[in-house]
Amino acid sequence: MLIWAGLWRKKTRTILTMLSIVVAFLLFGLLQGINQSIKAGLGDSSNNRLWTTSRMSAINSMPISLMDRMRGVKGVLSVAHLSFFGGYFQDAKNAIPAFATDVETLAKVYPELNFTQAQIAAMQSTRPGALIGRPLAKEYGWKVGDKIPLGTSIWTTKDGSNNWAFDIVGVFDPSPQFENSPLGRAFWINYDYWDETRQFDNHRIHQFIVQIDNPSQATVISSAIDKLFENSPDETRSQPENVALQAQLKQFADIDFIANSIVGAVMFTLLFLTANTMMQSVRERIPELAVLKTLGFSGPMVSVLVLTESVMLCLFAAIAGLLLSSIAIKAVGSVIGAGTVPRIVIAYGLLIAVGLAIISGLPPALRAQRLNIVDALADR
Amino acid sequence: MSTLVSLTNVVKRYKRGKQSVEVLHGVNLAIEQGEFLALMGPSGSGKTTLLNLIAGLDQPTEGEVTVAGERIDQLSGGKLAKWRARHIGFVFQFYNLLPVLTAARNVEVPLLLTNLSSSQRKQNVRAVLELVGLADRATHKPSELSGGQQQRVSIARALVADPTLLVCDEPTGDLDRENAEEILKLLQMLNRDQGKTIIMVTHDPLAADHASRTLHVDKGRLVDSVRSAA
Repeated sequence: MLIWAGLWRKKTRTILTMLSIVVAFLLFGLLQGINQSIKAGLGDSSNNRLWTTSRMSAINSMPISLMDRMRGVKGVLSVAHLSFFGGYFQDAKNAIPAFATDVETLAKVYPELNFTQAQIAAMQSTRPGALIGRPLAKEYGWKVGDKIPLGTSIWTTKDGSNNWAFDIVGVFDPSPQFENSPLGRAFWINYDYWDETRQFDNHRIHQFIVQIDNPSQATVISSAIDKLFENSPDETRSQPENVALQAQLKQFADIDFIANSIVGAVMFTLLFLTANTMMQSVRERIPELAVLKTLGFSGPMVSVLVLTESVMLCLFAAIAGLLLSSIAIKAVGSVIGAGTVPRIVIAYGLLIAVGLAIISGLPPALRAQRLNIVDALADR
Repeated sequence: MSTLVSLTNVVKRYKRGKQSVEVLHGVNLAIEQGEFLALMGPSGSGKTTLLNLIAGLDQPTEGEVTVAGERIDQLSGGKLAKWRARHIGFVFQFYNLLPVLTAARNVEVPLLLTNLSSSQRKQNVRAVLELVGLADRATHKPSELSGGQQQRVSIARALVADPTLLVCDEPTGDLDRENAEEILKLLQMLNRDQGKTIIMVTHDPLAADHASRTLHVDKGRLVDSVRSAA
């Protein structure tokens, strides 16, 4: 009763402070949620896959013929390949994650994509066919039987056009951990058709995906593959899939650092804001706290009242902020690459909220505890 | 009648900056159970300090203060707070109600320190609000009540835990004559009918007339004691 009353003594101030905390924890939930989802996604990456790209750079192409030699390396179970089509739909801003591949071998190394035998057969019987992920189909409202024109600024057809058209022959449902990944949302096209139709760089691909028998041997097998092409015009760089993904991500941005820096700065500012609010609130209530002490409330009891008030203020607002971030992430999950705010982020968020409340509530709580009744009542 | 409050050679000094100011100089006082005592005196005479010592809000620099058989000058902060909750009902000049709570909630506050259940607390609050004639204002906040009504709520809050001693610091100081008279009659009734021992600090001789004894304090000493016919 007393805590609730103290909290709502100045409604406007409490609401404004709560709003600040809500926004801070919304930001915390969003940033850490995305960060943790990405980390979790990388953690999920099966270590029994290696990615092999050109040693020069990931966008340099390599001859597809290297695949046969890679298959001979001890520990290699299967090898698939993919190439970046880099297409767009209608407008360049509608980028489509289109890749050229052989869907049958891809299905072996990526069982998580859940290609059905019928879909593989449909691709094999339809040269300009395309197999698309359910998330992408939902986004554009595409369905089997649609002919989709894709533009590209890189690949020209043999007749000199940059306009390509593909027939959707299947919509696949990737496993949940792949729903938000580029591969799970991809627009897969037949490599053979693409390679025969394009004007240049023929018989070359951008990346091999190597399935190995023992994840603990990933480094050894990577070295063995790279050694095969050492000192050749097509030197390779092989690494476990999750290591490659992390490296790719860091090239784009160090999400971990950015997320932690922003959240750190926001929380630091919030600490001062909350501490100021609590100090002001206690300052205004000194006569009231003195009355409570007069009535028999001990110093520690009054300080616990103030501290609990601070915890409630921060905790309620933090819960609201984290709840909003969960809703926001769910709403835009497919765009930002995260589905939910992980439980660990929520747990950390609540811990931070309690820590924030205790740090900001402690000075006014101690002041309230030490309050001299006679001086406070005499307004000294 | 037995002695409820006993002060022996009580000295109180305050530190104001580097100076030490002696406010009470060796006060000796005995207050009987069931007395209605008025403490009068000019501003700065030490009457509120005396009241604070008796109510356990402050500690004497020297001397003994015994209330309800307990040497309260020897009690530490936490024990003194507990003692206050059990034995003292305090009525302030400016009511000092919690502005965000209703009258009933304000009266309930001292009961939060007891083991009473919520329904028992509500029952006691209702009874005491009826006693002070404010049962119909239970859900009103202090800002919705007149000065006299607020002081009645304050008296109800002081009474609700059934304290041994009711301590009033200028309870009519902020009220007009009519409301002041009503409050004084209420205090008189509580003393006469409920047997409450009351100590009241006042500047007002008319208020002091309602007490059974008036003590005059001047320059930190008790100078005069008058028994009233009231």
